[in-house]
Order: sequence, then C-alpha cells, then structure tokens
Amino acid sequence: MPAQVITITSGKGGVGKTTAVANLAVALASDGAKVVCIDGDIGLRNLDVILGLENRIVYDIVDVIEGRCRLKQAMIRDKKLPELYLIPAAQTRDKNAVSPSDMNRLVKDLRNDFDFVLIDSPAGIERGFKNAIAPADRVLVVTNPEVSAVRDADRVIGILESEEKGPGALIINRLNPALVKNHNMLSADDVLDLLAVELIGIVPEDENVIIGSNRGAPVAFDPKSRAGQAFRNIAKRLRGEKVPFLDLDHADGFWQRLQRLAGRK
Amino acid sequence: MRETSGNETSGNSMNETNSLIQIKGLRDGLLVSLDDAPWEQQRVALLTQVDGQPAFFQGARLALDVASQVLHVNELVDLRDQLSERGISLWAVISESPTTEKTAQLLGLATRISKPRPEEGRKFAVDDLGEETALFLSRTLRSGTRIEFAGHIVIFGDVNPGAEIIANGNVIVWGRLRGMVHAGAKGNRNAVVCALDLSPMQLRIADEVSAALRPRENPKPEIARINKDGKLQSEFWSPG
Repeated sequence: MPAQVITITSGKGGVGKTTAVANLAVALASDGAKVVCIDGDIGLRNLDVILGLENRIVYDIVDVIEGRCRLKQAMIRDKKLPELYLIPAAQTRDKNAVSPSDMNRLVKDLRNDFDFVLIDSPAGIERGFKNAIAPADRVLVVTNPEVSAVRDADRVIGILESEEKGPGALIINRLNPALVKNHNMLSADDVLDLLAVELIGIVPEDENVIIGSNRGAPVAFDPKSRAGQAFRNIAKRLRGEKVPFLDLDHADGFWQRLQRLAGRK
Repeated sequence: MRETSGNETSGNSMNETNSLIQIKGLRDGLLVSLDDAPWEQQRVALLTQVDGQPAFFQGARLALDVASQVLHVNELVDLRDQLSERGISLWAVISESPTTEKTAQLLGLATRISKPRPEEGRKFAVDDLGEETALFLSRTLRSGTRIEFAGHIVIFGDVNPGAEIIANGNVIVWGRLRGMVHAGAKGNRNAVVCALDLSPMQLRIADEVSAALRPRENPKPEIARINKDGKLQSEFWSPG
C-alpha cells in the first residue's frame, strides 16, 4: 500500500513541530511501520539533532534535488530503529533552493517504499511552508494552548482550507493541567472553540522532552514519559486506532494507570 | 541560385523567435507564453531569450504556456534541466493539449496557475447598490481573512481574531465576533454592528474607533452604534 504523506506544520515557531515529527516517527517505527522523515526547514535544520543523527549527515535534500546524489544516499537510517529513515535539510542553503514541485517529485519516489512519509514544516506561511504542504495527503497542525500560537494556527488552517489541503487535524502541545485549572492557561476546549478542527492529540508539558532533545533520544522511546505516551497515542490514531485521550488532570496514579489499561487493546 | 538563405534565415528567425515569446510577471514568478510553432523553434527561442538576459531570469520561478504544443516526457525533462542549469525553476506547464498536461503532471509540474485566493481578500464590485444590498457569508472567517463590501455584511458563523470585516453599511454576525469590524466604512454614522457575542478586537463605526471590548463571560446578543453624544455605545438586546 502506498505511503501516507503527512506534513506537520504550525505557523508559529517553537510550538513543537520538530519534536512531534521525531516522536511520531519513532512511535510509528517502533510499532513496525516503515517511516521516512523529511526535514523541510532548509537553512535552520533541527530534525537531525532531535533524532540524534546529526553526525551522520553526508548528503541532504538539496543535494538530491540538485542531482548531486541519489535519493537513497541522502537517507540516514536510525541505529535503534532500522525501519526509520531521515532525509536531512541543508544547513548552508535557504528555502529558495527547493520548490513545491521538487518536493512532489521527491515524495513520489518514496511513496512505494514506505508506510509513512513525515514532513517537518518550517515556521511561517511562506516558501518553506508551501514546499512542505505540497506533497501532503494529510496535514497536522501543532499549537500551544497560548493566544499567539492559536492565532497563527487559525491562519494556517485557513490557508490549508483554501489550498485544499485542509482542514487538518490538531495537536495541542505543552498543555499544563495545573495552569489550566488556575485559569492561567487556555484549556483544550478553549483552543478547539476557536480553531474548530478535529483534535488528534493533546501532549502534556513534560521536562523529559528537553532532556531527550539534548540527548538526541526522542521521548517516545521512554515508557515513563507522559509526553512520550501522548505521542505514541497519536501514532496509533494515525494508523486508524481509536485511543482515548490521556487523563491529564490526575497526576500519575491509580486513575491514570486504570485509564491506560482501559485504553490499551 | 545563390544560397544566401543561411544569413537571411538566421536574421529572420531572430525576429521570429522574439515574437514567439511573451513574458508576464506573476505574483511569485514569471509566465512565459509561447506562440504556436514547432517545438524545436519554441525551445530555442525560449533559451535564446533567457541567455540574452541571464540576470533577469536567474533564480526565477517560471510558468510556461505552450498553447497547443504536444510535449512528451523526454522533451519536458530536457527543458526543465536546461532551465535549471540557467538557475530557472520550472514549476508549471500550461497547455491546451491533454498529452502535455499529462506529461507535466507526471513530472510533478503544476498545470494551472492558481488564481488569488478568494478568502484572503475579496472586494465585491456591484454597480448600483441600493441601500438594502447585503453580502451573506455562511461560514466562520479565520484569522487573516478580509471581507470588504460596499453594502451590508451578514456572517452566519464566527469571525475569529485576526479576521477583518469592512462594510459601508451594517454588520451582523450570527455568531461570535472576535475579529476587527468596521461598519459605515465610508462615513455612515448610522451604521450598526450586531453580534450574538460582541467581543471584537477592534470595533469601528464610521470614524469612531473603540479598542477591544472585554470578552463576555456570558455572551448575549448585542448591538453597537454611535449614540447621541457621538460616542460608540453598545447595549444588550432586550425584548420591548
């Protein structure tokens, strides 16, 4: 079956797109899928760092597009998950080096060999964003429960709808249940109230995420991380499974474990 | 018979090649339209034009209109590569020939130049608007959407923060108004703004501007207008 091509974008920078791509890739590959990620942030590449693969970059996506190497030569295989590959971005070029039709051609060559192609979109709504959404079958929009992130997400969803790539599905990242309870943070319902799109996951604030970034080990590997669990759930939903949302109101305890047991098939 | 045709033809064909090509600027690149001619002639004409002005074309995004020319894969691939060598990125090939269209699609090229998005900026030109003419939109307006109309505007949905509505007449939002609204934009101080939840980022009627109204905890239908003292004022709807 040909691959599902999924672009993860947000509008706002720093909300967790790269983190989401890395963790969803790890979660999907851990479950047996064949996954390739593409870093669409030409000039400001990060996906390689988050996956812990930066030392192994020889060729990048611009080399492929400009014909200096074959597609397979630019694909870096993950050491821990042999079915997970990365096509890194170029760091010494910028987003004008790639066009939407370049992306379409590149992804076309990948469709038959993989189950999932995950594309990490850069922030913004200009060329990099347009490149990243061009080949997408489906777009996930990442936002934080924070006013400016939601504003940008709304704009992006509007653009996706008019480009006929929409409306997309939403990941609410870095939700802090304690702050929500004190009315110091937007709740998931507040966010959905404005954005009015399908919710595919809520990822709680979790310091393990930064620790994982620095180590090049995404939290989806960590069975104890709640963010990791949330990403694993989103991966399952991407494969069509129905998974109840994590109960974030209660600290990890009896109810939390019970929920997880109930959610597991 | 003397063979002078060599020089003469090249002289003629220089003129011919120039008239084969029309170049137009698009929002984000160039559109080159080719008149009907054998493909080899069109191709040479195009490359000659490009080589004649390398700085102009360098880095350009090119959409190519080949009219009724039939192009196959190798022809298009060669062209794309030759353009790429000159720093030109070919992103679309428009033609009347279904074969060419199929070829273009096969190579991941666009076959249409998209028109400006209707959502992003719409000015509705209606010749003679009576005072009762209204624009009715049945959807939520997302951030970044701008609707401008010379009559009244009715929105059946929400207006999100970052969206803008500009009407010469009244504005009625059957939903939550959280964006920017300007009623009576041409100076009509009798214009009103109504919403089920009046929480705009900024509300303007004619020249009067008010900063954000505090978002209501329990929104109720509300109407805003300029009062007797010339100030913006809003009041909840109440029967009687």
